[in-house]
Amino acid sequence: MVENKKYVNKYNFAFIDEATKKEIRRKLLKAVAIPGYQVPYSSPEMPISRGWGTGGLHVTLAIIGKADVFKIIDQGSDASVNACNLREFVHMMTNCKTTFDTREATLIQTRHRVTEEELNENQIYIYQVPQPEPLRGVERYENKTRQMHGEADYAKMWVSLYEQIVRHGDIMLGAGYPVKVNDRYIMAPSPIPKWDCPNINQSKALHLFGAGREKRLYAVPPYTKVEPLEFEDIKFHPEDFTTRTCFKTGYNKAYLDELYFDDGTRHFVINDSNFLDKMVNNEPIKQHSNKYLSELKNGAE
Amino acid sequence: MNILEVNDLGKNFNLHILNGKRIEALKNINFTMKEGEIIGLTGKSGSGKSSLMKCIYRSYLASHGEIIYNSVAGKIDLVAATDHQIIQLRKNEITYCSQFLSVIPRVTAVDVVCENLFRSQKDKFEAREMAKEMLEKLGLPTSLWDAFPVTFSGGEQQRINVARAIIARPRFLLIDEPTASLDQKTKDVVVDLILDLKQNGTSVLCISHDEYTLEKLVDRRLALYKGEIEQLEGIAE
Amino acid sequence: MERNDDNWLLRVRNLTKIYGEANENTLALTGPMFNSNICPETDSIVACAGIDFDLYPGEVLGIVGESGSGKSTVVKLLYFDMEQTVGAAWLKPYNDGLINILSESNQKKRFIRNHLMGMVYQNPRDGLNFRFSSGGNIAEKLIMAGNMHVGHIRERASDLLNKTEVPVQRMDDRPSSFSGGMQQRVQISKAIANNPPLLFLDEVTTGLDVSVQARVLDLIRELQQDLGIAMIVVSHDLSVIRMLTDRTMVMKNGRIVESGLTDQILQDPQHEYSQLLVSSLL
Repeated sequence: MVENKKYVNKYNFAFIDEATKKEIRRKLLKAVAIPGYQVPYSSPEMPISRGWGTGGLHVTLAIIGKADVFKIIDQGSDASVNACNLREFVHMMTNCKTTFDTREATLIQTRHRVTEEELNENQIYIYQVPQPEPLRGVERYENKTRQMHGEADYAKMWVSLYEQIVRHGDIMLGAGYPVKVNDRYIMAPSPIPKWDCPNINQSKALHLFGAGREKRLYAVPPYTKVEPLEFEDIKFHPEDFTTRTCFKTGYNKAYLDELYFDDGTRHFVINDSNFLDKMVNNEPIKQHSNKYLSELKNGAE
Repeated sequence: MNILEVNDLGKNFNLHILNGKRIEALKNINFTMKEGEIIGLTGKSGSGKSSLMKCIYRSYLASHGEIIYNSVAGKIDLVAATDHQIIQLRKNEITYCSQFLSVIPRVTAVDVVCENLFRSQKDKFEAREMAKEMLEKLGLPTSLWDAFPVTFSGGEQQRINVARAIIARPRFLLIDEPTASLDQKTKDVVVDLILDLKQNGTSVLCISHDEYTLEKLVDRRLALYKGEIEQLEGIAE
Repeated sequence: MERNDDNWLLRVRNLTKIYGEANENTLALTGPMFNSNICPETDSIVACAGIDFDLYPGEVLGIVGESGSGKSTVVKLLYFDMEQTVGAAWLKPYNDGLINILSESNQKKRFIRNHLMGMVYQNPRDGLNFRFSSGGNIAEKLIMAGNMHVGHIRERASDLLNKTEVPVQRMDDRPSSFSGGMQQRVQISKAIANNPPLLFLDEVTTGLDVSVQARVLDLIRELQQDLGIAMIVVSHDLSVIRMLTDRTMVMKNGRIVESGLTDQILQDPQHEYSQLLVSSLL
């Protein structure tokens, strides 16, 4: 009897079948060609629910190769539940090496953070996106928002920022601050903190965004201009940690988490777990550089 | 130089809503007017005085004939001119002062007088000063200057109407019964103001029933009877 | 004196809007002669047809007619709210009047709308975004014209609200909490925010009570005098037309039946319908 080797494995490499991978890759190529433009795609079924990181997973599985080294973080942490489960899944489906080390990884999937450590040209950074449409808050109809993007008609977006300034004295967007990509499309950078937005600008890595539930892909190619929306007199500013420091390292030029200990005392700690580990172990780290960071005083002093 | 040449002017009204009833208001009107001349239009009510004036001002469309007006920029037939040309002439050269003031709600007496000056983008403060001076001359009580003319008496409205026509210093003035409801003193003021305009080269076509005004003001008289010129007389002839 | 007929601001030729499938007889079988704008052969509706006119800088043109005469359609076509079936329009300040603005791309139309035109609708809900504050509504127009300075935007907005007699303290309130007359004045502020050379006013005083109506009309007259904006005023109300306009077009069943100087239309109307309209004036 001739043994059927084709079906020895229960699943294709990286779970998704080759035809669907090709479809996703084609859409990704289009997304890279038009930075910031949302490309509709098939969003095939996954063994996790849509809205739990399927978009990011689609992108990861469509582009991962056997030599890739995979890292995944959830809100900065390699160890949170979502990250652990997806890491396990990707590893099972591809047998690729996985890592916590930002510098070692070639493929980094993320939920709601950009790593503090600078990305390089060999890395691809993949975002799980819940709501890809930055204009959804001001226009509920998809056909209208698509037309608005098509005609670069962003007045409503700007007026909503104006209204926030008038009502609250500042732009009240903590996560997912809208950015303009390559002087053309307004893009939702996924719910990353404002802190991370400047780190996508002119990044050496390729940034890919997948929104599984909304069935959209988009991208920021390496060395692309990404600017947070700001008025001439009211500027974008990242979160302010000048009066706080990480209780473990004394550093404050990184995005900090707030912690309450059992005794009720409040502390701050660096959110990016790999960055924190490296700092604690005194390993050499090259952080992103951006104009907002360079204006800050050295927090370690 | 003739400022106006009216040739074979006729005006009929076709009233469609009265089953096509036709009214002949003017026929065979021929006359010329020299620059700087004041012509008095006389005749009984319904003789066509106002119709003739309105045909010249283009509030009425003449049925036939021509009205050649010698404007600053050359001759133009007011019957055939485009609406746009007429608007320009009204803005810059020809002013019409009707018998009745058409009031505009919520505009003060002074601003009604200034209307034409505002339209030609004159400085507002300056325009208002000119208007006040004019109203003072015409004896309108100062207490009324900032009131709305809707509530004014006939004589008061008349003063405002005359003031707004004269203040524009038009090149050609069409004026309908300028002195009708005014007292003797104000009549004299109005006559003097119009004569002053004439001194500065304005040509005036004036409708009046008032023998005193005609005597003092006009160079020639044009008498209309049932839409035709009955006689043309005057010192210039 | 400008006697040159070539200094027009807006030139419109054969502007036509037909709803439904028309055939070659549609235009010949509709209009005031048939007292209908519905084609008997195809049931298509001729909202307006063969509209020709020139508008000059600083001039105020009235369009008068009964409901359904197509007068609003004309301004909506020119403001790109609807798309014409046929016809062309040229605007002098846009490419020196060499390009038919009606056939431009949406993006260019938006540019024209934001920089060169303003529109005041009968219903403030059509012209204002009720989810934004009145200042935000004005900001929208300014932002679309490239003003990206919040301080300057607020300065300009309060100037405009002052000019239109809206209390500046209410700049950050939503227009939904305003009276009808005030909403209309906010709409006017928004429309003139970028100093456009051309303003469309579509039944702006309809539905307002008389004293409010007078204030709005007064405001429009004042803006016209101060800023020298050319306007197209659409109204079924001859007193509005008399008060605001230099020239008037009378429309019936989608066609212009008569056009002329406003005082001529009111005192010596030529067409049967205009005579009826004027004789119905209170």
